[in-house]
Amino acid sequence: MSTMTEKKSRLDMPALLAWFIVAMVVVGLFSPIFGPDYGVMDVPRLALCLVILAIAGVRYELGFMRNPLGDIILGIVTAIAAWLLIATSSQHAGQATLGFWALVAATWAASWLFVERLATWRHLSPLATRLINLAIPALFGITLLALWQVIVTGAGIPKVLLPAPSEIWVRLTNSGPTLWADFRQTFLKAVLAGYAIGCGSAFITAILVDRVPFLRRGLLPIGNLVSALPIIGVAPIMVMWFGFDWPSKAAVVIIMTFFPMLVNTVSGLAASDAMQRDLMRTYASNYWQTLFKLRLPMAMPFIFNALKINSTLALIGAIVAEFFGTPIVGMGFRISTEVGRMNVDMVWAEIAVAALAGSLFYGLVALLERAVTFWHPSVRG
Amino acid sequence: MTALASAKDTEMVVNKQSASPNRVIDIENLSLTFETNDGPVNALSDIDLKIEEGDFVSFIGPSGCGKTTLLRVIADLEKPTAGSISVNGVSPEQARLNRAYGYVFQAAALYPWRTIAKNVALPLEIMGLSKAEQQQRISRNMELVNLTGFEKKYPWQLSGGMQQRASIARALAVEPDLLLMDEPFGALDEIVRDHLNEQLLQLWAKTNKTVVFVTHSIPEAVFLSTKIVVLCPRPGRIYDVIESDLPRERSLDIRETPEFLKVAHRVREGLKAGHSYED
Amino acid sequence: MTDASLSQTRSMNPFAGLMSGTIGPVTVVVLAIIALWYISAVALNTQFQQDIYARAGQSDVSFSQLVTDTLFQERPVLPAPHQVLVEIWDTTVNKKITSKRSLVYHTGITLSSTLLGFLIGTTLGILLAIGIVHSRVLDKSLMPWVISSQTIPILAIAPMIIVVLNAVGISGLLPKAMISTYLSFFPVTVGMVKGLRSPEVIHMDLMHTYSATRIQAFWKLRLPYAVPYLFTSMKIGMAASLVGAIVGELPTGAVAGLGARLLAGSYYGQTVQIWSALLMAAFLAGSLVALIGVIEKRTLKRMGMAG
Repeated sequence: MSTMTEKKSRLDMPALLAWFIVAMVVVGLFSPIFGPDYGVMDVPRLALCLVILAIAGVRYELGFMRNPLGDIILGIVTAIAAWLLIATSSQHAGQATLGFWALVAATWAASWLFVERLATWRHLSPLATRLINLAIPALFGITLLALWQVIVTGAGIPKVLLPAPSEIWVRLTNSGPTLWADFRQTFLKAVLAGYAIGCGSAFITAILVDRVPFLRRGLLPIGNLVSALPIIGVAPIMVMWFGFDWPSKAAVVIIMTFFPMLVNTVSGLAASDAMQRDLMRTYASNYWQTLFKLRLPMAMPFIFNALKINSTLALIGAIVAEFFGTPIVGMGFRISTEVGRMNVDMVWAEIAVAALAGSLFYGLVALLERAVTFWHPSVRG
Repeated sequence: MTALASAKDTEMVVNKQSASPNRVIDIENLSLTFETNDGPVNALSDIDLKIEEGDFVSFIGPSGCGKTTLLRVIADLEKPTAGSISVNGVSPEQARLNRAYGYVFQAAALYPWRTIAKNVALPLEIMGLSKAEQQQRISRNMELVNLTGFEKKYPWQLSGGMQQRASIARALAVEPDLLLMDEPFGALDEIVRDHLNEQLLQLWAKTNKTVVFVTHSIPEAVFLSTKIVVLCPRPGRIYDVIESDLPRERSLDIRETPEFLKVAHRVREGLKAGHSYED
Repeated sequence: MTDASLSQTRSMNPFAGLMSGTIGPVTVVVLAIIALWYISAVALNTQFQQDIYARAGQSDVSFSQLVTDTLFQERPVLPAPHQVLVEIWDTTVNKKITSKRSLVYHTGITLSSTLLGFLIGTTLGILLAIGIVHSRVLDKSLMPWVISSQTIPILAIAPMIIVVLNAVGISGLLPKAMISTYLSFFPVTVGMVKGLRSPEVIHMDLMHTYSATRIQAFWKLRLPYAVPYLFTSMKIGMAASLVGAIVGELPTGAVAGLGARLLAGSYYGQTVQIWSALLMAAFLAGSLVALIGVIEKRTLKRMGMAG
């Protein structure tokens, strides 16, 4: 262990990052920024960017202000540098050359260094710790978005291939009504109806199956097998049977959500241990009393596991089923037609809505789970 | 359900009158054989045992001697394969349906999603008692085990000893005349165990219940019991029944008296003999 | 109720042994499903068959005739199991493997992109998991995204990836494999992180007392502990990978692969073709997952983790 700590003090990750920043700043200083012949000093804003990055990198290497205040200054500096890069790249779209990319790399390294420093902050109040634990992934996401923006505009990647986040945002705000109509068709109708019916019917089936040990032994392996199958393939059949509108998509969702719920509920109902069942027996408790007072509460963590898995499956099922035929509205329909017309920014807007809806749906189920299974060791932590 | 229960009650009364009035448990020639993949196992063989009202009886023996199985037969958690047994003058199943006993397991087995008060209320809800009656019994029995003030806590917020006390309160809340306890303090450390043993004795003195207690600790068995049943394994059978002549009122200090040591010695001899017989 | 906890004396019924395992009940349930399938096939196809009778002017058709006819329609609403099996037989054994009408050919295409994607995805997933377990920053910044990415309907991007990559000249196996990679990557990462973290504190402390390096602790402790988790998540990853490959075949306009067969079947109302492709996909998924299961059993046995 002792050799490791020694090594750490000389060349650890933050030190490496700081050296990298300095090196990239040097590269940026001596190579053209934008084609054909812009140097870094020809673009005042980038010159500023270069200077602050250089100071930040050198400052860290010198060991000056290695404390939270210094870290916060580093964060602000990085944010300014990123903003300068984004702003200038849009004015010289597609002209970026080596020097520019060196500055981008330096900024990226600076943000990494900032996160690296943030993760080492200790002796904080629980609230602050939680905030930092939220801030780190958020910063990662923002960095990713910024890099995406700078690279797409700087390298002049055609919009057909990959639109910049700003373009997607413009699309998102301009096409509100269309996106809302698609969301209503796919999510509010097909997904919610299918999810409720699928999970509900699987739950009732599980209770019935549980009463007959023979069925339980026979259905559980099959249910496990079916959970691994590409059930999404039934989509064309459902579209044939139930028509183009949302009921066929709801049917796909029902089939996709049924088996995970069935398997999980059945194993959840078997989760109570022998002692707990013996206890109920000493009270001469009948089947329904044991079910409601012992076995269903015990099964709740399993049931919520299925509800969470299904919240994702339901959205996927509905969107993919729309690839097989829909009326002229719906998220899957919009994605497949706009891809055909090469309106990739609209596709990304639709995907952003789907991602948001999926995450919120999942988050809602997870919140409900915390409220219901507050007693479970994994929740009370 | 209620009609059925009342019918059973009358049946029980009739049966009770025919049996000896003080006899709580009457076991004759009882055997139990488990069918396993390696062939039959004689868990209990030729058990004869009488337990009178107000007795504190301990089953003691090495693991595998069938002491827990015997308790489970009394509680109708296992069915004997031969012989006869009556609890309160009726079959164990009838006794269970009458909620004639409270059972305390090796672990507290409290439900983590219920508060302590709600856990104690569990059997009362199943029996269908009124809310007011439930409330009364909860506070009375939680006071008996010194848990007043912890009603709103969840089991996982309490220590192991407190959890086990809560499970005893839950068994007492049924208000049975018979308490069946299966190594209830086995998982606790000795300091807590001593304390709970003392409390249990006080409780027994206060309520005059019949207690059947399974343990593998000699001091615990001698300290608590009026009657000690020594069992030995393969096949599980009764080796000795020791009537303790220690006074009913006792404190922990009694463990250093010669009378106590005499009884303990006899128990130890019995356990030894039961073992050597096997080897 | 709770009778299962009671000692059960062995029943004298000779079938009891057969029915108390899983093989007996599973067989019965499978037979029940096939029977239900036949009944549904008759029920769902009757309407169309009666229309045919009405057009042909046949009024008094016996019930047995009706049943037979409903089970042998050209394009039934629900094809009977034997029709699907005959179609599978026709398109696998009776067709050259290189033929575009051969189901083996299409299955092979789907299988190759599934496996390629699965391989890349699993490798990436393992590497990322190793990074996450060993770096605080990666753990804090990346792990929340890995978890929340599972809540996003990733499959929705599939058509776009295919079409966009086609537009820049990348076509064939790789775009489909990329979708499979994407789908199999996350379960493996999450499972592997869990597995690499599964050694108990006491074991890590033991390694610490030997002053083992992080690399030694990884090979001697973390990795063996992670193997069961890896196999479990590989099963999920493989199933997801196949779904990715099938969905990836949809937007290319029904050229080749099981997904293309599904799409082509739905264009032309060839229900028997859809069902045979579906059954084939199910069979493929089942065998791939079973294959991982066999490897898992062998590996764990060699490692002394399973009896």
